[in-house]
Amino acid sequence: MKQFATLVNILGTSTKTNDKLQALQDYFAVAADKDKIWVIAIFSGRRPKRIINSTILQSWCIEIIGITQWLFDECYHTVGDLAETISLLLPEPETPTDGYRIGVAPEHTLSYYLETFIRIEKEDEAVKKQFITESWEQMDRNEKFVFNKLITGGFRIGVSQTMMVNALAKTVHAPSSVIAHRISGNWNPATASFEYLLSESVAATDFSKPYPFYLAYAVNEDLEKLGAENEWQAEWKWDGIRGQIIKRNSDFFVWSRGEELMTEKFPEYNNFKDQLPEGTVIDGEIISLAAPAEEGIFKPLPFAALQTRIGRKNITKKQLTEAPVGFIAYDLLEFNGEDIRYKSMAERRQLLEQVIAQTNYPSLHISPIIAFDTWESLGTVRTRSRDMSSEGIMIKRKNSPYQSGRKRGDWWKWKIDPLTIDAVMIYAQKGHGRRSNLYTDYTFAVKDGDRLVSFTKAYSGLTDKEFAQVDAFVKRNSIEKFGPVRTVKPELVFEIAFEGIAASNRHKSGVALRFPRMSRWRQDKKADEINTLDDLKELLKNYNLPLAPEGK
Amino acid sequence: MPLIEFSDKGLYCRQGNFYIDPWKPVDKAIITHAHSDHARAGSRYYLCHHLTKPLLQLRLGDHVYESADWNEPVFINGVRVSLHPSGHIIGAAQIRVEYNGEVWVASGDYKTEDDGISGAFDPVQCNTFITESTFGLPIYKWKKQAAIFEDIKNWVAQNRENKKTSVLIAYSLGKAQRVLRPLSEMGLPVYVHGAVWNVHQALVNSGWNLPEVKRVQPDTPKQNLAGNIVIAPPSADGTPWMKKFYPYSVGVCSGWMQVRGNARRRNIDAGFALSDHADWDGLLQAVKATGAQKVYATHGFQSAFSRYLNEQGIEAGEVKTEYGSEEEDSKTAG
Repeated sequence: MKQFATLVNILGTSTKTNDKLQALQDYFAVAADKDKIWVIAIFSGRRPKRIINSTILQSWCIEIIGITQWLFDECYHTVGDLAETISLLLPEPETPTDGYRIGVAPEHTLSYYLETFIRIEKEDEAVKKQFITESWEQMDRNEKFVFNKLITGGFRIGVSQTMMVNALAKTVHAPSSVIAHRISGNWNPATASFEYLLSESVAATDFSKPYPFYLAYAVNEDLEKLGAENEWQAEWKWDGIRGQIIKRNSDFFVWSRGEELMTEKFPEYNNFKDQLPEGTVIDGEIISLAAPAEEGIFKPLPFAALQTRIGRKNITKKQLTEAPVGFIAYDLLEFNGEDIRYKSMAERRQLLEQVIAQTNYPSLHISPIIAFDTWESLGTVRTRSRDMSSEGIMIKRKNSPYQSGRKRGDWWKWKIDPLTIDAVMIYAQKGHGRRSNLYTDYTFAVKDGDRLVSFTKAYSGLTDKEFAQVDAFVKRNSIEKFGPVRTVKPELVFEIAFEGIAASNRHKSGVALRFPRMSRWRQDKKADEINTLDDLKELLKNYNLPLAPEGK
Repeated sequence: MPLIEFSDKGLYCRQGNFYIDPWKPVDKAIITHAHSDHARAGSRYYLCHHLTKPLLQLRLGDHVYESADWNEPVFINGVRVSLHPSGHIIGAAQIRVEYNGEVWVASGDYKTEDDGISGAFDPVQCNTFITESTFGLPIYKWKKQAAIFEDIKNWVAQNRENKKTSVLIAYSLGKAQRVLRPLSEMGLPVYVHGAVWNVHQALVNSGWNLPEVKRVQPDTPKQNLAGNIVIAPPSADGTPWMKKFYPYSVGVCSGWMQVRGNARRRNIDAGFALSDHADWDGLLQAVKATGAQKVYATHGFQSAFSRYLNEQGIEAGEVKTEYGSEEEDSKTAG
């Protein structure tokens, strides 16, 4: 565990990608195979199920150190991370400085802890308590932090799956695209062995395995640099969940870009299984479409509609009718069981059209190609994006292969400018991670006559320096002293940018925003110059999105 | 009438007509220590410890300074004033104020672990104790100084192995001198920023026997710095001045490094939770040792700390001061 704790420590504090990569490689070079498997699992989102909720976990910590709940809460809000708070509060084991422990069992491995989590998952709370509190007693602060992180989930320490894949690729001397493919799909870290996982036969036998997604970078306004228009294909950029549908060995799988297997969540897709030819993998968008869709014409619903469908175990009939889910196909990655990612996009598109034409299911569409002559005329088309319920335009080079991960050069996204509204900050809360003990999470309001109506939260968009200034303002101008939320003097005005707006009966203001963030600190504006609730409603009307069917 | 009032200029003793660490110019100022949020220029008269005097002269320039030894009584208008080691930095004092049998102590900044250079914290019995609370939450529990020094030395050795210069960020007054001794044991040349150099010279001139350091000069050859140690104040971190040391690794010595997010936010390579302030246990130990019936908590987590003391049966209130907000001593600067 010490080895892994050290790795996490380096990954968490290092500021350079190369150093992180090196730390991962060093770890892969020396760690036990079982532990390596688990590291791959953890950094690719395959952690064991959470065995205990965080409220109970903190109650055990409080019980051990004998402090009051409010003091624990104060600590938590200051640290901004539950796992770390607990690790800082619990006493350190009594060990000599050379780290050798007297009278304690030898150190356990990472795999020991994770496999114990799995083993005791169904046991009584008392069993879990004993295991966790006894483990705490044997660990130093660093190990406790990592151990708690494994329990509470959310290993956001600045390591992407891509980075882990790159380190692994260097360790086993294989191209990273191959590694990315091999570690994808449906495998169990408790049973898989390191050799097996990385062996060539795996991809061949695991029929569920998706391909790594090809992701685009944003392009700036100067499209002329891309060269001749006829070398490029343009499509709408749809706002759903990027996904892959796989038909292999008479079985059918749906994967999200987050490598989550979502087959069960979309019963609408069940028929695809029968109609798609054997050995087919399609890249596309899982998206909520207004039903019934006539051939070739489809109208996406706002992302909020799709949200009602994900994260739910049982889907009701009502949800199925109010937020039916379809699939918009972008690309064909496997055809007749052959990996065709090396072919040009033009060729793949032809085959994709052929495959889709063979089906007649109303939820399966092909992403229409936008015809255009000049970059300028494409720009004009782009202005209609919101009417199409799209986020902008995708531009793809016709002769490009299907690559792995986010790459420059062949695929670009050209998003529309966000909507904006000027609002005043009314509440602030301390942030997490690198924003610990800083007020960085804000709630904003617009005017409604003399009243202020809160309508959104936003956490991002300011520079560190600006955050420090706002933090200082909050500390000087807040009303309550305890608890996480400070009510602040409504004085600071920000321009809030967002990608979409939908009606919502969950929020006081009656609207829900998509991707809200602070685009500008309007130091030139006073609180009485902000936008009004009517302005928000006007935006809602203009962008004419149907009522999101939530919480009724 | 309380012996010490909390005025808009600082802690004020009406009977003695003097202020402790005023943040505005006054007639008579008693100074706990030479950090700039506690010692400000412009007052007509200053009283401090002998060891603090040359530091005030360095930082505040020409003023009327008088100094006293530890526990040496000074009478001002019938009020008995004496200075007692607070263990914060060289010369840092707690101010004991006595009148008509009533005793108040203003702690200034303090730490309870003896760092071997600042003098050992002296618990002073009193009726009312005004305490700092910079790290007044139980998440702040320091490792022993020796263990942190080990960590710092290992880090320097690791950097040297990777052919990197170790740039250690430490306050020019206090932390810089504290880390100097263990670093000098490594047998490597130690270079310092001009701000650290000035404090170093002032201390050497007033008789301190400190390990030798070299000042980073515009003409210092790059190869002399490579793989060696540089001590710089927080204000130098991230400035073009640092370019000279490339390739380098930045380590910050500050109690705020206890929490990972702070280190990550500052984009540094290593954080060492080495503080000149008392940790949670130190604060509680100090408060209890005074036997005070009433405690006022100032700069830091004063709300939480005073609430906790009240729950423990120690009557406590919180006081807003303007300490802990200067560039070198602030939370964002570390």
